[in-house]
Amino acid sequence: MPSENGTPQPVNMPGDALMAMRDVTMRFGSRTVIDSLDLNVTAGEKLAIIGPSGSGKTTILRLAMGLERPTGGWIRIDGRYLWHVQRNEALVPAGDRQARRARRAVGMVFQQFNLFPHMTALQNVTEPLVHVLRMRRNEAHERANDLLSRVGLATHLEHRPAQLSGGQQQRVAIARSLALRPKLMLFDEVTSALDPELVGEVLNVIRDLAHTTSMAMMIVTHEITFAADIADRVIMFDQGRIVEEGEPKVVLREPQSQRTKQFLKAILER
Amino acid sequence: MAGRRSYGAAAATISGAMTLEWDWGFALQTLPTLLRGLVFTLEATFYGSLLAFTLGLVWALARLAEVPVASQLIRLWVEFIRGTPLLIQLYFLFFIFPTYGVTLPALETGVIGLGLYYSAYASEVYRAGIEGVPRGQWEASLALGLPLHRVWGRIVLPQAMRFAIPVLGNFVISMFKESAILSTISVLELIGQANIIGAETARYVEPLTMAALIFLIISYPAARLLRLLEARTGAV
Repeated sequence: MPSENGTPQPVNMPGDALMAMRDVTMRFGSRTVIDSLDLNVTAGEKLAIIGPSGSGKTTILRLAMGLERPTGGWIRIDGRYLWHVQRNEALVPAGDRQARRARRAVGMVFQQFNLFPHMTALQNVTEPLVHVLRMRRNEAHERANDLLSRVGLATHLEHRPAQLSGGQQQRVAIARSLALRPKLMLFDEVTSALDPELVGEVLNVIRDLAHTTSMAMMIVTHEITFAADIADRVIMFDQGRIVEEGEPKVVLREPQSQRTKQFLKAILER
Repeated sequence: MAGRRSYGAAAATISGAMTLEWDWGFALQTLPTLLRGLVFTLEATFYGSLLAFTLGLVWALARLAEVPVASQLIRLWVEFIRGTPLLIQLYFLFFIFPTYGVTLPALETGVIGLGLYYSAYASEVYRAGIEGVPRGQWEASLALGLPLHRVWGRIVLPQAMRFAIPVLGNFVISMFKESAILSTISVLELIGQANIIGAETARYVEPLTMAALIFLIISYPAARLLRLLEARTGAV
């Protein structure tokens, strides 16, 4: 756990941020879900985002993935603007094609897995390899095989999602996102839809990834112990704004803000 | 005409007094002619379905694409087809279009008529199927960076089809039976043939009953088979 063995952690460095959001606002109708957010994630950083339901945490991830177009502000990923192009020092709004390119560096795991139900576990993973990376089939097969073994599903390659437990499905979804080797992985409450006894197996896979890869991660979760274990930095988010941020041992153990204290108390008493 | 001669005997025995007594011999004699009609019925159903399912997908995709104007026009077109009787559409194709110089043989006209008519309904089935694919499937595809044509071809349409195929299968059976309407534009399909035999022999009971039986013998097992298929795909 990097934060506990004393390794210095990179703090906000806008210049070399892997993912940067500036003054990002997201409104749905008259509701402001994200309120001029500034956020950086550096390469390799593990960022946990906590906060009550409806606080806008999931929207941050959806914005980072490019599933939503922000109402205001800009987002840059791995040197590419998601919804803008740079022209003579100015940012000009751009369309889907630009977003498509920028998304390449990002992968996402969803609360509801979103596996392709008509394909086997193996096909779910080879699909992007063959049709996005244009890998040859046997090569894709090999990589998919490795990834599924890594998440403990070597014996379930030919199973369809409906034949797998929720935990297994979520692990396939993780393998599928890993297949494209993203620099930033987004985990959106990935255990919320699972039966309690299946939560552990999924968290273990993510914990293992966090400790063994140099991939940056943004993790929206209600699992406080898990967040404390893997995160380099924790953000407490409420009503579209960052309430508090810092090292996990501070934010999760000795929070400064009254709102964070309240929230953690409510979670722990659940 | 060969037909007239072969029914001569049966017709003679009943000449004068109309009887409703069932004549097995006569009934069996109608079979070869009726089966010739069945070939047209099956042809009309097969090509009509092919046309309906292809055009239906085109209408559905065009509407979902939300191309300004074009999508609205197609919606109007679909509503027009759904809102008028098939019979009138056939009359337009067969009797009115030729006066503007568009003339097609009866069977082809029938296939186009059936195909257009059912395409309007098929487009609704496709649309329901496509809209029934969860949002998450689109989002996962987007997150993985799958190109749009792959998302449609490999993710969305296969799932939509799973819903659409049993319904479209029912359309085939329904079209098979409704193709009888093509007899009104002189296609000698099953009912058309039965009518001719009736007119020539003044006996309608046997040819019409036999025609009905042929319809039943084909449509009933087809419907059962479809139900089985539905139960199977539903379970997986």
